[in-house]
Amino acid sequence: MSTTTTRDLASPAPAKASPARPRRGLRGSPTFNFWLFCGPFLIGLAIFVYAPILWSIWLSFFEARFTVTPDKFVGFENYTYMLTNDDFVGSLVTFTVFAAFIVPTTWALSLGLALLVNRLRFMRAFFRSVFFLPTACSYVAAALIWKMSIFSGVRFGLMNTILAWFGIDNIAWLVDPNPPWYWVVIVSARLWLQSGFYMILFLAALQNIPGELYEAAAIDGAKPGWQTFRHITLPQLRATSTAVILLLLIAAYQAFDEFFNLLSKTTWGRPPLVELYYKALGESQDYGSGSAGAVILTVLICAVTLLQGKFLGFGRGEESK
Amino acid sequence: MSNSNWSRRSLFRAAAGMAAAGTLAACGGNNGRSGGSGSGVGLTQFFHAYGEAGTEQAIKKYAKAYDKADVTTQWITSADFESKLFATLLTKNAPDLFEFHPQIQMVKSGQVADLTDIIEPVKSDFNPADIKSHTVDGKIYGVRMIDDPQFFFYRKSMLEKAKVQVPTTLDELMEAAAKLTTGKVKGLYMGDDLHSVIDTMIWSAGADHLNEKNEIAYHTPGVIEGIKKMRKLFTSGHLLLGAPTASWDPSSLNQGLCAIQFCGMWAMPAIQQALGDDWGVFPFPKTIDSGKQSVYNGGWSMFVNAKGKNVDAAKEYVKWLWIDQKKYQEEWATSFGFHIPPRTSIAQTATKLKSGNAAEGVKLFNEFGHFDNIGWTQAMRTSLEDVFANSVRKDMDPEAALDKADAAVNRELKKLFG
Repeated sequence: MSTTTTRDLASPAPAKASPARPRRGLRGSPTFNFWLFCGPFLIGLAIFVYAPILWSIWLSFFEARFTVTPDKFVGFENYTYMLTNDDFVGSLVTFTVFAAFIVPTTWALSLGLALLVNRLRFMRAFFRSVFFLPTACSYVAAALIWKMSIFSGVRFGLMNTILAWFGIDNIAWLVDPNPPWYWVVIVSARLWLQSGFYMILFLAALQNIPGELYEAAAIDGAKPGWQTFRHITLPQLRATSTAVILLLLIAAYQAFDEFFNLLSKTTWGRPPLVELYYKALGESQDYGSGSAGAVILTVLICAVTLLQGKFLGFGRGEESK
Repeated sequence: MSNSNWSRRSLFRAAAGMAAAGTLAACGGNNGRSGGSGSGVGLTQFFHAYGEAGTEQAIKKYAKAYDKADVTTQWITSADFESKLFATLLTKNAPDLFEFHPQIQMVKSGQVADLTDIIEPVKSDFNPADIKSHTVDGKIYGVRMIDDPQFFFYRKSMLEKAKVQVPTTLDELMEAAAKLTTGKVKGLYMGDDLHSVIDTMIWSAGADHLNEKNEIAYHTPGVIEGIKKMRKLFTSGHLLLGAPTASWDPSSLNQGLCAIQFCGMWAMPAIQQALGDDWGVFPFPKTIDSGKQSVYNGGWSMFVNAKGKNVDAAKEYVKWLWIDQKKYQEEWATSFGFHIPPRTSIAQTATKLKSGNAAEGVKLFNEFGHFDNIGWTQAMRTSLEDVFANSVRKDMDPEAALDKADAAVNRELKKLFG
């Protein structure tokens, strides 16, 4: 005992630098290292994210038509215009419908895929890749394939060909809003594009569940299958599920590409970003109104995200384990 | 051996040095303006992607032939053209020249340069309607490059087989579409959104977009009746909907997907090649009994970016190409798709427009044509597109849809004219 104590006192831990030892300049400084690694990212963030956001807020208080350096201050006029514009308000309804379709279906499909892939004994990597690959596809490319090939309104569109086998007439999937077949096209495109990504998140979470839990449950008489899934797997995935739902909701708010390319210039099926593009930016070049709409949308996304986090318990997942 | 001197640190230094040198070289050489035959001033021009083969090469050939500046062309996909142009005009990368349609807000916001001095000497040789559609307060902004009349193209054999006469009223067009629809062929195609026939439907109802005082002139009983008829047509099952190509592309007619298609004169060579002589053209029929058949004379004009760095050089190039080089202008108008040259002297000698359906197209242009109104802006255009979307495709009450459009158009008019 005494020998050990003496040796500890005599020779300090090597991790601690001796005051006499010369420092290796700034490279030894944690502060320097922080700025070295985070600086470029922070500069990019400031230039490409925060500056445009601030500029947008500034623009929203000006009459900014055909210019992004306006000089006519209009106060909250742009906000009033956007909030009383029933098309913009209607776009929020469209978003709600879209989110109601896409969030639960993507959650269920990606979780289902993750459970299937996780159970595989062989070719797991192959199937994981197959389901993940659509994530790498451009939304624009997928939208064009969906529009021109699978859901084309003419007789040689894939879906119409299948319907013709059963004697059903051609459907103009994306043209006629009555009935609103366009939702089938939009939701299926997005499901294909994003389920693989969320499957990977669920897969990682599934592999983090300790095997002992299932063993203990089995000893206690729990039947494998639905009972185990409901009482062990699902609660263990709570943190991941909450994060997935949050990400899906934000992604739904940001929907643009597939709506823009599948439903060109309609007045229905316009989520907020498409509505902002048509009504205020894009061809109309009304950057003041567009910025006001963007600010309203940002505030809304923040509020919904915070509320959702509060109700679904985002961040409480670790405690619940 | 020398390899012993290559420490890991040396290798990193060498790699960093090479990367830096490469970056500097890239900064110096790749300015995006090389490749022209001129020297000194560099000009950039934006063109939307024309559908006809050879057009991009032609525009680049003209640019290369100009020896007073290096002219670089950006050829932009049609669907993205407007948004890319408007967004770029706000930046330092804005083009010096660009093609677009005459719109007053571009003049009022100082985006386009006054070209009166280069057009004035040859003003009398231009189609007066084209000059009028580019004039604000006596100044001319933009040089018309081509006029594009738009009307219906039809398959003669299909109409003969169905015993259908060429329609002269909207009711007759609806009846024709019904008779021409078979299991595999739809009677009529006007694009999925029907936007290409909005203007002609209004004119054929005896109305207009704006009156002389720049007040709303489209909100009439005739237009409301027309919208109701268009709704009936849309739900009839006789319209081709969901076609793979837009209405500006004649593929639907050429491939036998429809018997009648609304399109532009530019498509004539492609239709001739696909269908031989089995086709004809007719104007948009009368919407109501008191209306008149109409043809939309679209087209493209060349504008100079007034906020560009090389306004004078850009004007000089516009003058050289679109005013002095008559051979290029004729080639541009008649060698790819068919367009009508806005210069009377060229239009009169353009042999390809002298016979057959091309001559018929020119006749319809002269007899029924309506030109762009410079006061009718993109935002106003969008408002009427919304009327068609809401009333024709979604069954909203036309009166209510037009009221909504009125509010949006009046907001625009107030901002533009006070």
